[in-house]
Amino acid sequence: MLHPSAHDLGPDQAIIELRNLTCGYGRDVVLNDVSLRIAEGDFVGLLGPSGSGKTTLLRALLGGTTVHSGEVAVYGRTLNGDVPRVGYVPQLETVDWNFPVTVEQVVMMGRAMEGGPFPWNRSADRDRAREILERLGIGDLAKRHIRQLSGGQQQRVFLARALISSPKLLLLDEPTAGVDIKTRDDLLHLLDELNHQGVTVIMTTHELNAVAAHLAWVVCINGEIVAEGAPSDVFTPEILKRTYGAEMPIIKYQGLTLVGEQPHTIGRHEGVHAAGDRRATARPKTGAGDV
Amino acid sequence: MFEPFQYEFFVRGLIAATMVGGLCGLLGVYIVLRRMSYIGHGLSHAIFGGAVVSFVMSFNFYIGASIWGFASALLINATTRRRPTIGADAAIGIITTASFALGVALISRTSTFTRSFDAALFGNILAVDNRDLYAIAAVAGFTIIAVFFSYRQLLFTTFDPDVARYYGVPTGWIDTLFSLILAAVVVVSLQVMGATLIAAAIVVPPIVARLLTDSFHRMVAISTGLGAFCGLAGIWISYFIDVSSGASIVLLATAFFGAAMLYASVRDRLANAVPTAARG
Ligand SMILES: Nc1ncnc2c1ncn2[C@@H]1O[C@H](COP(=O)(O)OP(=O)(O)O)[C@@H](O)[C@H]1O
Ligand SMILES: [Mg+2]
Repeated sequence: MLHPSAHDLGPDQAIIELRNLTCGYGRDVVLNDVSLRIAEGDFVGLLGPSGSGKTTLLRALLGGTTVHSGEVAVYGRTLNGDVPRVGYVPQLETVDWNFPVTVEQVVMMGRAMEGGPFPWNRSADRDRAREILERLGIGDLAKRHIRQLSGGQQQRVFLARALISSPKLLLLDEPTAGVDIKTRDDLLHLLDELNHQGVTVIMTTHELNAVAAHLAWVVCINGEIVAEGAPSDVFTPEILKRTYGAEMPIIKYQGLTLVGEQPHTIGRHEGVHAAGDRRATARPKTGAGDV
Repeated sequence: MFEPFQYEFFVRGLIAATMVGGLCGLLGVYIVLRRMSYIGHGLSHAIFGGAVVSFVMSFNFYIGASIWGFASALLINATTRRRPTIGADAAIGIITTASFALGVALISRTSTFTRSFDAALFGNILAVDNRDLYAIAAVAGFTIIAVFFSYRQLLFTTFDPDVARYYGVPTGWIDTLFSLILAAVVVVSLQVMGATLIAAAIVVPPIVARLLTDSFHRMVAISTGLGAFCGLAGIWISYFIDVSSGASIVLLATAFFGAAMLYASVRDRLANAVPTAARG
């Protein structure tokens, strides 16, 4: 289980501060009047449906949006088009998987500015890359092309690129999208471990029960900040309705606050006779037809 | 077989084509990977317009065409970046063909042409003189130095320009530098390749290289080497079969493309025949 972080630090410990930020792309406004403070050592989940502005909020922290009004300050510096040095892991679906790069070459991109003036890598950087890949459990994949990996391994490659410069702040965009349950749990525990070593973690997710329910602090977004707090406080039918626009009952289970769904019946629901037929086809088979 | 080497013009043309082929192959890697293949085509046509304009105004060809080309490249880059709803490639098509048409219009208006523009359209190594050779060498030297010292930033910017910026890479400067190099390379290539064939010299070698490797470093090496080889061998062949230099270089590169396609499909079939246990 992920630990609850001390979110109630004093006002001067905030390393990220958004003050009434309205931002977007060009003339389009995506986020409206957003105010948010994140303290050193926090582990925060940005939660919201697709298109709600989660990625945009991360980009705002990186100086990658058009600010219409308000302010973004990261480590006490107001961003004026400059980019703060933080570890950033983009959403995997934005990656060009046909690009000819190996795992090692992607990880070394994280040292593009610090690796020296020559095309080849310094041996200290190579050692560091190997060490991080080992730690993430993909040390033997360094020479593989990025397309030849599973979703969880691909996620780790881009995490390694972010970690190679030992950032104190890590921003991850949908790191658990499209991976299986075991990989997701491993990844969340890895992030938890980093968080325990002092790294502030901000990640986006649209998965309520699978991810957000396990985090210490979540921020619900839907073009604006709907609510923030521990999942047990934030997961209420009213807040979820305003975030997701759907009715969602709340379930308490083993200390977790989970979100249920309105029962729907979709598709044909046959009578006893048809069900009997289906049972016949579903019976375990043995012999030649078995795969 | 080595008979043409006794002619000075042939040796000059050979050196020029080798350098130009290598340069186009090198820059082509970045252009193809950014899916901007149409840029080579557009830019060479735009620069043709610039070449004619500087000739008509009795302005130095290299300076006039380079300024024209760099302006076009910046304009193209800005258009690509903005991603307008009309589509960047359409906008580029308009900008560059208009420039080309301007060149054609000027040629047809001016009756006192002493210089053939066939070379600028289709390439002609006979017309390469020492001054051209020095210009190509200067551009090659600058390109190699620039790519060498910005290699990592250029790779990251090509792979993912948005994220590269978040990692502190000055992607705006990298793009501008690249546009500058590209314009210079197209200008010095004009005489050897011709405006109509530069696009192929830029696109074919990197695609062949991509078919042969999954590693970026190797792709750069193979594409540059193949471009240079096609330049060299293409000129040599053109001497014996008497076709224009640009056409012979491009046809040779295309033959390599066919061979690489064949090789890649055989390789993939063999790889698929064996269960891919290595995946995982
Ligand atoms: N680069 C962009 N340019 C213009 N609009 C964008 C861009 N990226 C996202 N948007 C728009 O911003 C809104 C929020 O997108 P995003 O932040 O990606 O949402 P989420 O990550 O929560 O799915 C969407 O309506 C999307 O169309
Ligand atoms: Mg997103």
